[in-house]
Amino acid sequence: MTRTLFAVSILALAVGCGKSDGGAGDAPLPGSKKADAPPAAGGKITLTGAGATFPYPLYTKWISDFTKTTPDLQINYQSIGSGGGIRQITERTVDFGASDAPMSDEQLGKAPGMLHIPTCLGAVVLTYNLEGVPSGLKITPEAAAGIFLGKIKDWDDPAIAKENPGVKLPKKAIASVHRSDGSGTTKIFVDYLTAVSPEWKAGPGSGTSVNWPSGLGAKGNEGISGQVSSTPGAIGYVELVYAAQNKLSYASMKNAAGKFVLPTLESVTAAGASGLAKMPDDLRVSIVNAEGDAAYPIAGFTYMLLFKEQKDAAKGKALTSFLSWSLHDGQKLTQALNYAPLPDELVKKADAKLKLVTGPDGKAFLP
Amino acid sequence: MSATPAAHRLLEPGPGDRARHLRSRFFTVLCTLSAVVVLAPLFSIVLYVIKRGLAGVSIAFFTRLPAPVGETGGGMGNAVVGTLVLIAIACAIGLPIGVGAGVYLAEVGRGRLRTVIRFTADVLGGVPSITVGVFVYSLVVVAMHRFSALAGGIALALVMIPTVTRTTEELLRLVPPQLREAALGLGVPAWRSSIFIVLRTALPGIATGVMLAVARIAGETAPLIFTAFNNRYWSFAVDKPMASLPVQILTYATSPYKDWQDQAWTGALVLIVVVFFLNLTARIAASRAMGGSRR
Amino acid sequence: MSQVEELPVPEVTSDRATPAGSRDAMRAAPIGSPTGDRAFRGVMTLFGLTILAVPAMMVAQLVRTSQLSLAKFGLSFLTSSTWDPVHQQFGAWPFIYGTVLSSLLALVIAVPVSIGLAIFLSDLAPSRLRKPLGFLVELLAAIPSVVYGFWGIFVLVPALRESVEPLIIKYLGSIPFFEGPPLGFGMLAAGVILAIMIVPTITSITREVLKAVPDTHREAAIGLGATPWDTIRYAVLPAARSGIVGAIILGLNRALGETMAVTMVIGNRPKAAASILAPGYSMASVIANEFAEADSDLYLSALAEMALLLLCVALVMNLMARWLVAMTKNRMGGTA
Repeated sequence: MTRTLFAVSILALAVGCGKSDGGAGDAPLPGSKKADAPPAAGGKITLTGAGATFPYPLYTKWISDFTKTTPDLQINYQSIGSGGGIRQITERTVDFGASDAPMSDEQLGKAPGMLHIPTCLGAVVLTYNLEGVPSGLKITPEAAAGIFLGKIKDWDDPAIAKENPGVKLPKKAIASVHRSDGSGTTKIFVDYLTAVSPEWKAGPGSGTSVNWPSGLGAKGNEGISGQVSSTPGAIGYVELVYAAQNKLSYASMKNAAGKFVLPTLESVTAAGASGLAKMPDDLRVSIVNAEGDAAYPIAGFTYMLLFKEQKDAAKGKALTSFLSWSLHDGQKLTQALNYAPLPDELVKKADAKLKLVTGPDGKAFLP
Repeated sequence: MSATPAAHRLLEPGPGDRARHLRSRFFTVLCTLSAVVVLAPLFSIVLYVIKRGLAGVSIAFFTRLPAPVGETGGGMGNAVVGTLVLIAIACAIGLPIGVGAGVYLAEVGRGRLRTVIRFTADVLGGVPSITVGVFVYSLVVVAMHRFSALAGGIALALVMIPTVTRTTEELLRLVPPQLREAALGLGVPAWRSSIFIVLRTALPGIATGVMLAVARIAGETAPLIFTAFNNRYWSFAVDKPMASLPVQILTYATSPYKDWQDQAWTGALVLIVVVFFLNLTARIAASRAMGGSRR
Repeated sequence: MSQVEELPVPEVTSDRATPAGSRDAMRAAPIGSPTGDRAFRGVMTLFGLTILAVPAMMVAQLVRTSQLSLAKFGLSFLTSSTWDPVHQQFGAWPFIYGTVLSSLLALVIAVPVSIGLAIFLSDLAPSRLRKPLGFLVELLAAIPSVVYGFWGIFVLVPALRESVEPLIIKYLGSIPFFEGPPLGFGMLAAGVILAIMIVPTITSITREVLKAVPDTHREAAIGLGATPWDTIRYAVLPAARSGIVGAIILGLNRALGETMAVTMVIGNRPKAAASILAPGYSMASVIANEFAEADSDLYLSALAEMALLLLCVALVMNLMARWLVAMTKNRMGGTA
């Protein structure tokens, strides 16, 4: 069925393109450093994007700043979830997608020519509700896996206590909370557990939703933080942005180098930098349990997705200039909103990818 | 006049007047008590929404577009308008079908087909709205090749139809047949008496059903995400993505930022107020159509 | 509706009900212009058939999408308790159980109080209170379910965990139905929140139905010396019975299909536990939770089969509701 839908969608897109091609004019798009190149449409252009929830606030900020100087360009990005984003861009109901996890080989097979452009980094933190215990409780990978496997049942378990000698841990049952909705946050977290715990790898494994051996499910970051904050003795995982903005207490994690690292923008970017070494050509990479003393171990890139061959010249031009702007000027806006910026090295690689994007005539949009 | 058979029981020797009056008192208190039991949590919820949402109510909320994080002064004007447009589309599609099917069930249909249709309407009411959303997505969005207010309106119509249909049917059945008899006696064709006498008499009740349905769809998120999508801009085009309060509320309620979470609560409050006014308008319109008189 | 003025509308102030039989007889006897009547019946039938067509298309689509899962799991989809997207094993039993139990709980809580409230609003309340209260109840249907969900997490669940559940455990804890630690999140919370959500539906429609019962019924009963309660019990409720059933069924269906509020408080653990204090999961919730991120064809197919199954569960529960009502019909002494 999907194949027919796909065929139909391509057909419809082709028709749609025919209509809007005529409007190409030459109002220059601002923001781009190579401002000589992109002549945009004289008529209104609307780019539609859909996908990940995590970068939604950052993307809307980028869109707002970028389009301030381009009155004829509207970019409508909506957070419908990473999986939804991948499905929509594959069926071409949107102009670009966004996802917290790179597409799988199976998904890429259905969408040949899809490019992954990393835009920033996300991290997952363990948040807990323990009276008298502020942020910084030290958690080892073994303890994290044990808690979510249901093997470690109490807060005063030696696996937690021995790393936290100064902390008075209560003799209280641990109530673990996980995401009930499929999500990129879960994917990063269980990717991490799979990487550090053979028992987890053999058991639940990794995906956007898994068969949790224990604990309760809550919907969304807000569901987790609500459930954790209303349940004494609870522990759950949320995005760093969410924890930081909502002043949740979070754990310091032991990384691959054996150091305990608090989740901060710096330690997350450090994880990204250490992931560069094993970066494949298509930029699809997992950076959980990254090497390096300063690297926070539960992190991942978030991506924008677009087709290498754009069917609509005006839209393709606008989209590539927006993405290019995001990779450069946009990065300066990340930290104020608690997002970790890309390492400089990766920006260069992403730039190179953007230059591959071509219009219907086969010419690249960016020089 | 013929009393109902049940009324005859009253004539049977009962357990005595005192006991009957005591029992009456008892059940009256019970009903009043259930009113309290029900209204307590409902008030609690409304107060909760007011507490968290009232501070954000301002003119800008209704006139401005959503602002990015860190910038103040944003609103949900486009979502307020979008919700109204989506409700209008849903009503334009759902009301004729819903009321018509209700008329069919109460007035026209007979036998097995009627039973099957009534049952189908009931079961359709139990379909989760996400399933409706996905259905309309594959039917309309993929075919039109884009998200659109129209698709959203269709999905909402499908959600509202069962409530409208079944309410219409139940209330039409309660219209005293004498009304119709009188009309028929005056030489009014059966179909006209169905529409202008029976339907009109049941109108206030049907309006309640319609308002319940509208209230429900006004707060629905799931059928809209994959159909009407959402829009950061003002848009009145039915073939383009359209903003709506529930989707905007969900997006903001699930965001990490306190500004946005607060706005989500304001949105919920505004949504309730919008429905309040729709409800008021519909009731006034219904009682106008009735000629203003109602028990 | 401009033709309304042309019509000689009879002024009817008082009326009475006749047995349904004579209505049917009248419906069958065509009087007046046959062409207009035929057209009217045709159009209305068409609307009725639309109601049939939409779910039919939906079912067709769901069946098509769920092919993979149907072929792979067969009947074991119904009985298996494993829901493991990573290892592609899908069984729906805990979800079916959770959906049925949570909506039953909701009905048990909501039906008596809704009907009580409706009677209060239609017959007992001071007339100044009736309109605003009724209006308020109707309005509550508009509260987005995400709001109910947040209220559930921050108000309902702590209340259940700290006051209600310890009491239940203390006095009834030895019964398997009420055992387990007081988590707050769980089947009971889901039942309560669903009950609150369906109260506006059941109450509003019941109230309309009660209002529509002709006053002559009440007058006759009062004339016979009936107390207010007797009037309601013997003169009003029987005439309204069918309508109240309709209202309850609308409420039931809303409970079956609710996702957001349920998923916020039910605990989302796919295990069928006997206790109503234990966490569970519901079919509608898992569809809404996992549809957007389902990343393999089999996974999507299993979710489609879940949607199909939910339709079957709705069908069965609707049948059972009607059957139950038919069983109690004689006891109620109904005529409508």
